[in-house]
Amino acid sequence: MRYHITIENSAESFRCSDDQTLLRGMESLGKRGIPVGCRGGGCGVCKIQVTSGTYLKKKMNRTVISEVDESNHVVLACRCVPTSDISLSVVGKMEKSLFAQQTVDPSKGSVLSQSSDLSVRRAP
Amino acid sequence: MAFKGVLRPGLIQIRVLNMDEAINHYQNILGLNLVSKETDGRVYFKGWDEFDHHSVVLRQSESAGLDYVAFKVDSNDYLKEVEPKIVAWGLEVDHVPAGEQPGVGPRIGFTLPTGHRIELYHEIDLAENTPGTVNPDIYPARPHGMGASRFDHLLCYGPDIGKAREFFCDVLDFYQPEKVDMPEGDGSLAIWLTASNKAHDIAFVEHETPGKLHHVAFLLQDWNEVGAAADIISINDVSLDIGPTRHGITRGQTIYFFDPSGNRNEVYAGGYTAYPDHPVRTWDFDHVGKGIFYHERVLNDRFLTVLT
Repeated sequence: MRYHITIENSAESFRCSDDQTLLRGMESLGKRGIPVGCRGGGCGVCKIQVTSGTYLKKKMNRTVISEVDESNHVVLACRCVPTSDISLSVVGKMEKSLFAQQTVDPSKGSVLSQSSDLSVRRAP
Repeated sequence: MAFKGVLRPGLIQIRVLNMDEAINHYQNILGLNLVSKETDGRVYFKGWDEFDHHSVVLRQSESAGLDYVAFKVDSNDYLKEVEPKIVAWGLEVDHVPAGEQPGVGPRIGFTLPTGHRIELYHEIDLAENTPGTVNPDIYPARPHGMGASRFDHLLCYGPDIGKAREFFCDVLDFYQPEKVDMPEGDGSLAIWLTASNKAHDIAFVEHETPGKLHHVAFLLQDWNEVGAAADIISINDVSLDIGPTRHGITRGQTIYFFDPSGNRNEVYAGGYTAYPDHPVRTWDFDHVGKGIFYHERVLNDRFLTVLT
């Protein structure tokens, strides 16, 4: 069974089968919108809020998803498998690394201009 | 013996969300040997080339990440001598009794300013299944999975890594083979520290949140094994981070992936031989992308910021 998944923030949508997590479904089709981290419920960057639809979920790191989060359908996309069409908004984000923050900090002027273009490139 | 004091990072305890999935990963994917499952739920593993009873401890928890890393030291006398030095440096030391882990003697523990718990111990039983010692064959049984031969090192993220460098170098006689400098002023953004000939036994990256784990690394024998590890990752649909590739820093050949709870693992081979008299290798900001991933030569936000 395949379901229609809508990412509200970006109006991106994709089809996700009921044997894949929402994150894997997005990634495997080359779609974007939800940040991709560890894919194991540990790091928390793929945090989403499911605004409509149903899903099955696996255990998530309590440090990044509280019980209150879970009851508000704030979950990790890497841990949830759809059981209906789903609409979701993205909550998590990929932090900029200190390495990149340092190189593009405007207060530091144009030091490292040679590498700054590379430094801000996002992970594919 | 010229090699004294701290010998190596010998034990690491990692929190996992689901023990059955974690056992499959560490035993069948990484290729560690399962030593025992204990009544408190913890599960113990060792690499095929390790002599000690175990090196990796998994504990099921509501959170993922690092409980602690423990360094093996050369004697009980060293443990006694170093404890007051740790206290004098300003850390509170606690004692873990013998037997808290199977086969392991008394340990002392303390928490670094970076938020990581470090322990020291000397006594640990020999494993039942050690590498050979009399007319030894090259391995006791052909390694399985990726064939990880030993727990090798770890990378920690936390605040005030300059204090961690001071502690390891001044109190535990580590030295620093390599570092990444801040773009301006003093201090380092990342440091590699060792008590041995390895380019790193432990490394730190400056980070706001204390006590975070970036990765736990296991040793492979060569670049071909890193390639085979990549195949195993795809065959088993393991979450890949990056690689196979190479580090400029340490020169290790590497691949990074995640265990089923999101803890990052590395298997790597190669890297230079470090000596305490060698000059420190230093990377500046113009070149740090190449330092981290020598082939890609770009910074990668997921690699640099995804932590447990």
